[in-house]
Amino acid sequence: MMNTGVATVAAVAADSAPPGRAAAADIAVPGRAATGVDAAAAMSARDLVLRLGGRCVIDSVSLTLRAGEWAALVGPNGAGKSTLLQLLAGLRTPQAGAVQLAGRPLADWPPRERAQALAWLAQQGEADGDLAARDIVRLGRLPRHGLFGAPDATDEAAVDAAMAETECTAWADRRLNELSGGERQRVLLARALAAGAGVLLLDEPTTHLDAPHQRALLRSLARRARSGAAVAVVLHDLTLALAADRVLVMDAGRLVADGAPGDARLHAALVAVFEGAFSIEQVVAQGRTRWVAVPAL
Amino acid sequence: MKTLPLALPTAPARATRGLTPLRLASALGAAALLLVVLGLAAGAEGWSFAWGDEAALISAIRAPRTLGALLCGGLLGLAGALAQGLFRNPLADPYLLGSAAGAGLGVVLVLAAGGLLGAAMGLAAAGALLRLGLVGAAFTGALLGMGLTLLLARGAGRPMVLLLAGVVVGVLLTALSDLVILLSPEALRGKQVFLLGSTSFLGWGSVATLAAALALALPLALLLARALDALVLGEDSAASLGLPLPRVRLALVVLMALATGSAVAQAGLVAFVGLVAPHLVRRAVLVRHGPLLALSALAGGVLLLAADIAARSLLAPRELPVGVLTAVLGGGYLLWLLRRRLAQ
Repeated sequence: MMNTGVATVAAVAADSAPPGRAAAADIAVPGRAATGVDAAAAMSARDLVLRLGGRCVIDSVSLTLRAGEWAALVGPNGAGKSTLLQLLAGLRTPQAGAVQLAGRPLADWPPRERAQALAWLAQQGEADGDLAARDIVRLGRLPRHGLFGAPDATDEAAVDAAMAETECTAWADRRLNELSGGERQRVLLARALAAGAGVLLLDEPTTHLDAPHQRALLRSLARRARSGAAVAVVLHDLTLALAADRVLVMDAGRLVADGAPGDARLHAALVAVFEGAFSIEQVVAQGRTRWVAVPAL
Repeated sequence: MKTLPLALPTAPARATRGLTPLRLASALGAAALLLVVLGLAAGAEGWSFAWGDEAALISAIRAPRTLGALLCGGLLGLAGALAQGLFRNPLADPYLLGSAAGAGLGVVLVLAAGGLLGAAMGLAAAGALLRLGLVGAAFTGALLGMGLTLLLARGAGRPMVLLLAGVVVGVLLTALSDLVILLSPEALRGKQVFLLGSTSFLGWGSVATLAAALALALPLALLLARALDALVLGEDSAASLGLPLPRVRLALVVLMALATGSAVAQAGLVAFVGLVAPHLVRRAVLVRHGPLLALSALAGGVLLLAADIAARSLLAPRELPVGVLTAVLGGGYLLWLLRRRLAQ
């Protein structure tokens, strides 16, 4: 999606002015920048620390996820991205620090209410079993109708909409185990989207997706953000990450940079944590300015 | 993409076409009815449908045995489906998890104690105590056996390790049972029933116990079926959906032990019904855990009753212990599964 119609390519100098968030991608959020930043905080974390087996996996991480914004979380393998997402989702308890969801400590949320407000998507691979794709997506509505309740027409409509959004309606009646990696990923994504939660935490949702579906996913996320959701996504593809409203860079358990694409400090941090494996270039394509990561081979 | 080292070979999509859950349930129900008729007719002297002449024999022996086998198989099928869903492991089975061997040990201990008590108090009082104690002891033993297996395997995440741990615990607990039997000749008669697995001693008392256990366990299991669906996504994803996982897991383990313990207390160690019944159902239809649990119970009942009738009639007038027959058939099925997996 990024390489069509490239007009100019210019290396980013450290002192070049960032073009601003709105120009970063075709999925920018209009009218969002004017609002007060922390007034829109959907979720915040303060001084999170998690040690596992003597190793500090998360080292004093503080961040805020704002409603109306989608943030990409990037970093080398083992940087702590997935663990941070699990802490934010309440699946792990930090040894120090606190997480707040909608201004209320995460631990104070009854689990079912929390699940309605916050959807988390695991890295692919954990899901395994004989269940039809549609039944998997239906699980996204479980927090709404509860363990002992049954999905109603509203739930079914949300399931239909989520499956249409990730284009997996065609294999609604197939077994999860029989689907290809990309097909499975779209089903699992639909499950996370079907919840209609205000906060979306997605761990590598683009895994196994082909380019058109990666694009469709990013557009979905931007759309959700525009309608008021706070979205945080772990991504490995830096060019995709640079299409986000905001990029959070992790390295060795620490949050080392946090800024909008185009921010020179962000770009410098990205190049540094990935050991100069790529450079970040400005591309003007289809009349829009974008940033891409070009491998330094 | 991570796959379980021993993933269940899934049926091709076409196998699910045409066979709806309702049709499968009807077919299994019809098979159960037919088998009940056969079960009432199968005797040591061959088949006899002259029920008027044999009314006493049928009502005293064949009817409770037939219904008992159906209920017992139902409990084992249910326990297997619960185990496979809860541990997210297609090879989980009450027999393979060590819980059946634990239940067997509990039963043998009660029999030995009951024998001693019987000598002291007179047989009638001991008989009542025995009846009361057997299910409880089997239930406790089932919980302990499963706990030991999970401890040894450090959780249920690795199917092969869980399988091996279950085998080790099974061998250990069975050896302990043998030791108790050796030290206490009173339990010797029980050995044949409980360690080989047999439906030949099922009376109306057993049928009532089994029916009560199934009537309790199945509805409760169905209530928790959505949690098993959610566990397909993985433990963390299930937790992220707001499920109280520790409580759900405990409830499921207790239900599994109840189903296994009550079956083992009445019919001994009947192997592999719990493994095979859910597999067959899953291969035939694609359903959520609610229908899967119910259909597995039905399929388990049909399987065990069919095996029981075969065990009664194959070598008539002699009789095979049904546990031996299910072990041979179910063991063969397990070998086929393993071979299929290795061939992939």
